[in-house]
Amino acid sequence: MVDDLYQEIILDHTKHPRNCHAMADATRSAEGYNPLCGDKLKLFIKIEGDMVKDASFVGSGCAISTASASLMTESLKGKTREEAFKLLEKFHDLLTTDTPVSKDLGKLVVFCGVRDYPARVKCATLAWHTLKTALDGTPETVTTE
Amino acid sequence: MSTVRSEIAAGFDVQKVREDFPVLKQTIHGMPLVYLDSAATAQKPFAVIDAIRKFHEVDCANIHRGVHELSQRSTAAYEETRSKARRFLNARFKNELIFVRGTTEGINLVASSWGRHNVKAGDEIMISAMEHHSNIVPWQMLCEEQGARLRVIPMNDRGELILEECEKLLNPRTRMVAVTHVSNALGTINPVRQIIEMAHQAGALALIDGAQAAPHMKVDVQALDADFYAFSGHKVVGPTGIGILYGKTKLLNAMPPYQGGGDMIKTVTFEKSTYADLPYKFEAGTPNIAGGIGLGASFDYVNHLGLDQIAAYEHELLLYGTEALSQIPGLRIIGTAREKAAVLSFVIEGIHPHDIGTVLDRQGIAVRTGHHCAQPVMDWFHVPATTRASLAFYNSTAEIDALAAGLKKVKEIFS
Repeated sequence: MVDDLYQEIILDHTKHPRNCHAMADATRSAEGYNPLCGDKLKLFIKIEGDMVKDASFVGSGCAISTASASLMTESLKGKTREEAFKLLEKFHDLLTTDTPVSKDLGKLVVFCGVRDYPARVKCATLAWHTLKTALDGTPETVTTE
Repeated sequence: MSTVRSEIAAGFDVQKVREDFPVLKQTIHGMPLVYLDSAATAQKPFAVIDAIRKFHEVDCANIHRGVHELSQRSTAAYEETRSKARRFLNARFKNELIFVRGTTEGINLVASSWGRHNVKAGDEIMISAMEHHSNIVPWQMLCEEQGARLRVIPMNDRGELILEECEKLLNPRTRMVAVTHVSNALGTINPVRQIIEMAHQAGALALIDGAQAAPHMKVDVQALDADFYAFSGHKVVGPTGIGILYGKTKLLNAMPPYQGGGDMIKTVTFEKSTYADLPYKFEAGTPNIAGGIGLGASFDYVNHLGLDQIAAYEHELLLYGTEALSQIPGLRIIGTAREKAAVLSFVIEGIHPHDIGTVLDRQGIAVRTGHHCAQPVMDWFHVPATTRASLAFYNSTAEIDALAAGLKKVKEIFS
């Protein structure tokens, strides 16, 4: 029934979020906030040269937003800034369009079920909006509104 | 008292009442709809739907200006709702009832029209810790503009206002005490009569946000001695975009108009305009005529059921629902006031309300999740959001059982 949304991987990352800690030596950080549901997260990224060496987050949110942040931080490591932006774009397309699922997304394809839950798209994109802010280096808190 | 109440409730035929609400007869995701979001908006009975359709099909014309038959019919029907609103609130005069878009506009009208002319730098406006944003922000804006101060009556762990603190906060600078009759996020029924009396003793006025009270209990603005009372039609099974602001004649007469335009004037020249008498002074432009007529039908409908009967039946539902939810391990009800309307706001340890809402929705159960436009309430209880099941007289105990079963499914998924 709702299994298409809450796939095993998502539930696993909700219950055991990866990279869920602050990062003292982060080179970039940004805060994301969804005023509709009160979800908050702070994202930390360590960039060396042009590469994302490490990524982590702290915050509170629903299963979708927590799993999204967890899987995002996993998939960012080792990506160049440009690759990270491309991934962001593909992830956004996955949630909001009917385009065929890109195989570059890897594990992130588990979020394809969110398409059928328009009210939950913002939950899945909060971490990614925050990533964009962190990569752009704009300092203020980003909101999904 | 409670025996009498349960006897009245026992005579309430909910299955028959449900026949009046076409929206309830549908399935959502293959399951029968269980609508538990009436604090957001109530569903509409045929009587209201038909009244609006009849207006558009048979009587449609603008009001107050035509000499022709249709305009006279629509004017009569629209103005009849004002008379019904007077009886609904037991106001003294028909002219004390102003048509507004809803509670929010009613409060904004008072904050703007009364506020700007009566609140000066150093004055104070008092609200409470459990207000909806619509009874916070208009006063905050007024305070910022006038250099006044916003004071907040605190509440206890059950979600009840602490009246001793209210007493302490009141002082000669207090101009207005604006509190909600029933909390939308907690269900608390506030002792507004007492609060109004305290306000008056301190020389302040009192405005009551009746959005969550008007659909569920008899309101008597004279017995309360409220200076202003606002509510929305759509929560009283009426249409959206129409509501009522009650104000005492003396106060309304002294207030300047809220908006300028047609229908609110006596004479207009380029040098100066003079304003219409009450209530039209506050009703600029063509109003929501269909909405007003629909609202009249909604008053008739709830009067026909009886507000005492509605209140008694909903109280039984609340007791049943409280008991059912209390059986669920890890579930905490937010808002446990001793005087409470049929609102069940809760959190479940380790599961976010949005996930609860989504899983329930797939079982046909409509609840509200989030901060319910009461962020300070969420902050006070240290929760980012809650899940809220808000009940109405067309809900059944079987639907509460469905909610409890739905929550078990939620726990299975996320345990």
